[in-house]
Amino acid sequence: MSGLREFTKGIWEVNPLLKLVLGMCPALAVTTSAENGVGMGLAATFVLVCSNVIISMMRKIIPKKVRIPVFIVVIASFVTIVDLVMHGFFIELYKSLGLFIPLIVVNCIILGRAEAFASRNGVFYSLLDGLGMGLGFTLALLVLGSIREIIGNGTIFGIMVMGASYEKFLIMILPPGAFVTLGLLLGLMNKIEMNKK
Amino acid sequence: MTSSAKTNFLVVSSSPHIKAAGSVSRIMWDVNLALIPAAIAAVYFFGLPALRTIVITVISCVVFEAALQKLFGKRITISDGSAVVTGVLLAYNLPPTAPWWMAIVGGFVAMFLGKHLYGGLGNNPFNPALVSRVVLLVAWPSFMTTFPAPLGGKGGADAISTATPLNLLKTDMDMGLHLRNSASVPLSDLFVGNVAGSLGEVSALALLLGAIYLLMRKVISWHIPVSYMGTVVIFSGIYWIIDPTAYASPAFHLFAGGLMLGALFMATDMVTTPMTGRGMLIFGVGCGLLTMIIRFYGGYPEGVSFSILFMNALTPLIDKFTKPKVLGEVKK
Repeated sequence: MSGLREFTKGIWEVNPLLKLVLGMCPALAVTTSAENGVGMGLAATFVLVCSNVIISMMRKIIPKKVRIPVFIVVIASFVTIVDLVMHGFFIELYKSLGLFIPLIVVNCIILGRAEAFASRNGVFYSLLDGLGMGLGFTLALLVLGSIREIIGNGTIFGIMVMGASYEKFLIMILPPGAFVTLGLLLGLMNKIEMNKK
Repeated sequence: MTSSAKTNFLVVSSSPHIKAAGSVSRIMWDVNLALIPAAIAAVYFFGLPALRTIVITVISCVVFEAALQKLFGKRITISDGSAVVTGVLLAYNLPPTAPWWMAIVGGFVAMFLGKHLYGGLGNNPFNPALVSRVVLLVAWPSFMTTFPAPLGGKGGADAISTATPLNLLKTDMDMGLHLRNSASVPLSDLFVGNVAGSLGEVSALALLLGAIYLLMRKVISWHIPVSYMGTVVIFSGIYWIIDPTAYASPAFHLFAGGLMLGALFMATDMVTTPMTGRGMLIFGVGCGLLTMIIRFYGGYPEGVSFSILFMNALTPLIDKFTKPKVLGEVKK
């Protein structure tokens, strides 16, 4: 087991969003702009890293039968921290992400890594796994959010890129655009993988 | 195949043994021919901008079809006319004065999202022209709902934007229980097409002429148009009988908006509709119900495109339940 591999696998090989297709709800709902995507990605990464570390530390004392409730309590604690910090310091982002911050509690990536990795591996590897998975999720959300924002709003991170006369292709920042973009990205990923073989 | 069948009298092959002379390109060019009357009506009522929009969408569809087939490593089949059909149908679903760039994007969306992403003609679950129309409607609502008055209309001049009959009806129904403005639209204008609306949907007369040709050539069957329009007539008829002052007549609903275009040309697309007659009847009734529910209770004044796309999605399910039993098959 190499630390580097545990870190890098989440970015491409088993990217949580584009390979495991986990965390679809925030991925589809909040990626109306690149900024929202990154904000959601970083918030989820923070929770993922912290919960992975804590759960990995406690893995020997958590009884098997109640492990899921224990995981949820740990995750929910960190989500509360994120929620309060965002409310205190990033009020604009907090408003645009809205309900989806508390919903990080039920993000299947975080529970999935707790169950599949952190509860079976040491603290160091769990930390790297959380960081890598979080980074992969953030990158995927950044790509998704950027594409939707550029085409749907003519901007990226709020900076105009398509010229003032650009007629905004609104459907891309509405829910159908999320499904279309994610579908195309998944198809592209599969195509690249097929060409590798 | 035909020449070898003539010379070899003893051919061992699996069924079907008798084949019709039809082909994809014959069917598609027949549909194109049947769409010509509506194009003439559109140019008559809206002038050259209508012709310009048709030309742009057709060229856009054909070019993108060729480009995407090349990109995906397929045989280029633009001469079979299917891209032309999609282009014409797409143009018929746009306002006559649609901006040129919107028509080009529409062609791309139809060919890419509607058709070649699924593997090309025969594999697309949704009608490409309707996919494109709905994408454009959601993406650029203001451009898609600005309709010029017909040249022979009350305004007299083109480029004066006006409300479609269904817009008037929607406003009337939202305002209260009495038909005011929509009742002033003469039925004869609705039938001939002397009203505001999408380019190819206005003239019920021209569309019917084309559809009769297709029926005679057996390109389409009667099932879907009859069940679709029949459902609309019955549904709106019930409301109309109960209160004729509050609800428009069945004739109004039949000739206004995109119903004729939808029922005759879009809902009869072979690829995206059920295979059996029974399935087609279910498909048509479903389209009719959804169209009327959207017209009466929905946010949009017109629901033809949404209802056909919705039923397109149900087509595999309808096929599954209406497929005839194979001879000798035992019911499970």
